[in-house]
Amino acid sequence: MSIISVNDLVVSFGSGSDFKQVVKNVAFDVEPGETFGLVGESGCGKSTVLGALAGRIKGWSGSISIDGEAVGPKRSRSQLAKQQMVFQDPFGSLHPRHTIGRTLLEPLEIHGFDQRQERVERVLRDVGLPPGFRHRFPHQLSGGQRQRVAIARALILNPGILLLDEPTSALDVSIQAEILNLLKDLRERDKLTYVLVSHDMAVIAHLCNRVAVMLDGQFVEVASREQLLRGSVQHPYTRTLLDGSRGYVPPPKLAS
Amino acid sequence: MPEQSKPILSVKNMSVQFPTLSGVVTAVNNVSFDVGREKVGIIGESGSGKSTTGRAIMRLQPATAHVIADEMRFEDVDLLTASESEMRAIRGRRISMILQDPKYSLNPVMTVGEQIAETVILHERLGRRAARERTLAMLERVNIRDPQRVFNLYPHEVSGGMGQRIMISMMLISSPSLIIADEPTSALDVTVRQQVLSILDDLIRERNIGLIFISHDLNLVKSFCDRVIIMYAGRIVETIEASKLDQATHPYTCGLLEALPSLDRPRDRLETLKRQASWAEA
Ligand SMILES: Nc1ncnc2c1ncn2[C@@H]1O[C@H](COP(=O)(O)OP(=O)(O)OP(=O)(O)O)[C@@H](O)[C@H]1O
Ligand SMILES: Nc1ncnc2c1ncn2[C@@H]1O[C@H](COP(=O)(O)OP(=O)(O)OP(=O)(O)O)[C@@H](O)[C@H]1O
Ligand SMILES: [Mg+2]
Ligand SMILES: [Mg+2]
Repeated sequence: MSIISVNDLVVSFGSGSDFKQVVKNVAFDVEPGETFGLVGESGCGKSTVLGALAGRIKGWSGSISIDGEAVGPKRSRSQLAKQQMVFQDPFGSLHPRHTIGRTLLEPLEIHGFDQRQERVERVLRDVGLPPGFRHRFPHQLSGGQRQRVAIARALILNPGILLLDEPTSALDVSIQAEILNLLKDLRERDKLTYVLVSHDMAVIAHLCNRVAVMLDGQFVEVASREQLLRGSVQHPYTRTLLDGSRGYVPPPKLAS
Repeated sequence: MPEQSKPILSVKNMSVQFPTLSGVVTAVNNVSFDVGREKVGIIGESGSGKSTTGRAIMRLQPATAHVIADEMRFEDVDLLTASESEMRAIRGRRISMILQDPKYSLNPVMTVGEQIAETVILHERLGRRAARERTLAMLERVNIRDPQRVFNLYPHEVSGGMGQRIMISMMLISSPSLIIADEPTSALDVTVRQQVLSILDDLIRERNIGLIFISHDLNLVKSFCDRVIIMYAGRIVETIEASKLDQATHPYTCGLLEALPSLDRPRDRLETLKRQASWAEA
């Protein structure tokens, strides 16, 4: 049974002349343990799809079921704990004046978890940070360490699903490698399911089993990892994104 | 030496230091390089000194910064001794810089259209009305879809990618002999990025000028530039022909390449850098 099942998802913002349909009839299923990617240009609706899955965006219609249970725009606490988000910006997504410990305790308090100190210690270990880091503030951490904290915060409620919104695009290649390795390890160990937004096809192919290519709120293609690596994709836009990840491709010169 | 083969820029043993509360930071440490009529990439991880190198050439660093060098020559200008007014005459006209965040290099109280038009008036001696027409044409040339609307926007109202394209459109007009582009396409989507790079590429080739292209996108530098300078901890560890980047020998360069997920060489695990103190030594 799919752990995520989305049908006819429509998300719009604004009203009157500002009304805009941002996600247009999107449908997909994600199997347990699978990593499903979303790629596409800036503004095509990737974060909006994640936001609807996470329960952060309420103005949607269609159907979403998580872990076999149909969910609506308003979720219960236990429904919200089943999937957690990690954002792009390791600088902006942590409260600057809260220690790491406080940042990690907060969701435990809200959701009424016990054994809080133990859980904080365990999750720090899971993301490869020493326990002493809970006394630190975000500005005392490197970008890669901050992103580890953001992943720890997402993991602390033991969700089955992580929704990753460009988790490495603000990081250096070497730090990106650390985080991608960490995400692979955690996925394997805890049988996690990921939905990963990225603009980098090489990152997508590294982590995802399948990827949906979005253009203006719609899926134009769902390609498998093997298709990406072989280059046997269907839609010309998918090909453009693939070529773009390889670097600069000079445009064909007109006959001179 | 014939004009063509003379370097446009020549830097010898340049260092840049910043005094800070916790001591002096040496952001750039004894670097030497030339730029001819070519595209030279500078890559290296965050904090390796790429932007500081670019800014030092333009003398755009904070007043507290300390730049020393044996030589810094741009065409017929000695950048070490040039006066501030000489530098003002050079910046934006003979050397142009596209900053990492272009919004800061535009005037915040003037619309972007007025700013481009001003460059047109200065360089092409056109009247206001003709300058406006030319500006709209330039915005269109850099693939801005709605030039009429964008003309009237202030810098804080444009996206990062639009800001980068606006800077490039100004270069098309001012015709500098050296362009320093600091992550000029990092805020652009793949499709727009290809278009903007191709405009930049044509500009370099047609006008026979030099480009310093700062980026941490290894694939981009490999495919776009002619030569690549690799920086680590303020130093140049290696300079290599861009098309031969994959055959780099320095362990730091190899480390960066191994860390990169690749469509052509998929790997289960990525390597992370194991830094060695010796890389930061000359
Ligand atoms: N809260 C909101 N109110 C109004 N419009 C919104 C809101 N959130 C997003 N949008 C619009 O919806 C569209 C899709 O946005 P979204 O953030 O999902 O794009 P994205 O694919 O994640 O882009 P990026 O790659 O830039 O992050 C955009 O046009 C955006 O301006
Ligand atoms: N004004 C300043 N005062 C003190 N230190 C500075 C200043 N500007 C830069 N630095 C330091 O100099 C070093 C080089 O910075 P620089 O911005 O040149 O790096 P970069 O290679 O461009 O990195 P990135 O890829 O993140 O843009 C860094 O350690 C930085 O913290
Ligand atoms: Mg987004
Ligand atoms: Mg920089």
